[in-house]
Amino acid sequence: MKKLIGALMLTVGALALSTAANAQDKLKACWVYVGPVGDFGYSYQHDQGRLQVEKELGDKVETAFLENVQEGPDAERAFERLAREGCKMIFGTSFGFMDPELKVAAKFPDVKFEHATGFKMAPNLGIYNARFYEGRYILGQIAAKQSKAGLAGYIVSFPIPEVVMGINSFMLGAQSINPDFKVKIVWVNTWFDPAKEADAAKALFDQGADIIVQHTDSTGPLQVAQERGLHGFGQGSDMAKFAPKSQYTAIVDDWGPYYVSRVKAALDGTWKPEDRWEGLKEGAVVMAPYANLPEDVVKMAQDTEAKIKGGWNPFTGPIAKQDGSEFLAAGAVADDKTLLGMNFYVKGVDDKLPQ
Amino acid sequence: MDITVNILLTIATAATPLLIAAIGELVVERSGVLNLGVEGMMIMGAVCGFGAAYLTGSPWIGVLAAIVAGALFSLLFAFMALTLATNQVATGLSLTILGLGLSGMIGTNFVGLPGVRLPNLYIPGLSDLPIVGKLLFGQDPLFYASIALVFAVSWFLFRTRKGLMLRSIGDSHSSAHALGIPVIRYRYLAVMFGGACAGLAGGHLSLVYTPQWVENMTAGRGWIALALVVFASWRPLRVLAGAYIFGAVWIGQLHAQAFGIPVPSQFLSALPYLATIVVLVLISRNKRLTMMNTPASLGQAFVPDR
Repeated sequence: MKKLIGALMLTVGALALSTAANAQDKLKACWVYVGPVGDFGYSYQHDQGRLQVEKELGDKVETAFLENVQEGPDAERAFERLAREGCKMIFGTSFGFMDPELKVAAKFPDVKFEHATGFKMAPNLGIYNARFYEGRYILGQIAAKQSKAGLAGYIVSFPIPEVVMGINSFMLGAQSINPDFKVKIVWVNTWFDPAKEADAAKALFDQGADIIVQHTDSTGPLQVAQERGLHGFGQGSDMAKFAPKSQYTAIVDDWGPYYVSRVKAALDGTWKPEDRWEGLKEGAVVMAPYANLPEDVVKMAQDTEAKIKGGWNPFTGPIAKQDGSEFLAAGAVADDKTLLGMNFYVKGVDDKLPQ
Repeated sequence: MDITVNILLTIATAATPLLIAAIGELVVERSGVLNLGVEGMMIMGAVCGFGAAYLTGSPWIGVLAAIVAGALFSLLFAFMALTLATNQVATGLSLTILGLGLSGMIGTNFVGLPGVRLPNLYIPGLSDLPIVGKLLFGQDPLFYASIALVFAVSWFLFRTRKGLMLRSIGDSHSSAHALGIPVIRYRYLAVMFGGACAGLAGGHLSLVYTPQWVENMTAGRGWIALALVVFASWRPLRVLAGAYIFGAVWIGQLHAQAFGIPVPSQFLSALPYLATIVVLVLISRNKRLTMMNTPASLGQAFVPDR
């Protein structure tokens, strides 16, 4: 009996060694998603990035992912499991993974960690995000040009800085075309509920809006726009298929180039934790093809896109806060820290920010 | 006037899947079985309905597939909870979890595809009437089906012999068994009816409400349907009222926000559940009322030889 156990243990040991050897040949990169990869929105786009890594780096890498991971303490187990399973690089893709990922990173100093949309770093933990607000400025300009009512409906999830920043950027864009442009805002308290988002779109259309903007992840609102012969913008991915006659453009998250560059850096040994916040210029945010728009509006959108790519920031003063007090003096540019903590509206937003 | 009609139409669309799922579960619970798998059966209906409609191009085949998927999936629960007499709460919960996972797997290839929408009813002349035209003659077919279902179930439960037997099984399965009523067979049929309804409700989501497939698209509506049954204290017409009240609160808060009336939307999202708790407290205060409507053997496993 003892012999048998000894033999077994030897085999197990040998197996462990051989996987370790394999792991050294290939870099194992792993992802943790907050939603299902089939959401056709946020997590889906991250997974497209993972697939691009597989495609471009081929047999140099091996990838794995965990989906539907709850934010909070449960996430800690997910990260720890991946680290134990031999992942040498782990991307946590949601804001709520911040503290669990930080804890696990401290336990596994030789694993490289990256966290999206957070603000805490460590010697082996870098952070990254995308400047979605740049795209929202363009949406605002298009909406102001196209809306006959001068009123857009805006469906939002939760009052976090990311979302508030988006609303403000949208309004600044719209006001640059039509200073009296109005927006009606509806909070649906979810990132993802197609039916509820569709209901919110119906409510906003019923109250006179003729363009819908969303900071939630499903295609529900655009389908309503299509049914009613009105228009809107896609979010996260290009949703034109769902509303070919209604989508003007979409803000597409393209994480692929970023992931490829980071995994490459890890392979070369040049990886170090960084704070990367990329936008239109770097290709992390992409505008879906402009459609259903007159030529001059497309031209305007493209010009603004070029201007932003050239380094111009939509949050350039003079900008007043909702109550009329000064936010940015003429020519001043908001720094990243202010943007990432944004908890107030700019002038002209007719809504009270939920606390 | 247009806006009122539109609001009413939106409420009807929001209430329909809740109503269909709840009326099915009501029959299940009236037979003394508690199936917490509504959410799971619903999502299976949604994915199979979408898939069938997409592959064949016919939304009606989608509706049929949704019904069949829900019923078949509920058979799994029936086999475990009725034949093997497992714990109904645990079995129902696992059915929900399984359904959410399995539907995601089945639906992998349907993600990101625009669906086929079940067309609204259109009767030339009638549907064009102002106000009532759209409300009465221009809605989606499943809206009419849901209303018909409520009255059919109400009639079946309280006006037919078989309905009486079903209710008697729910009140005391041992006595019903002693009277020679085939308890297990009735319960199997009730569970399958509930499954078919939940599947249809899911089909409404993926074929009418938002014609698309995405994981977790039922987003907790199965649980609201379960709450509705209790809210309605197991009475079909109250389920009808409840579904429309829940729908109205839901849509009303979106409109209130758009109007700029500051309502705490988190509170309103929780309202269906709060309302259910209030109703539970109220009916449990009145012993006689509780006795009258609550199926007495709800959730208890039945083993004939005991």
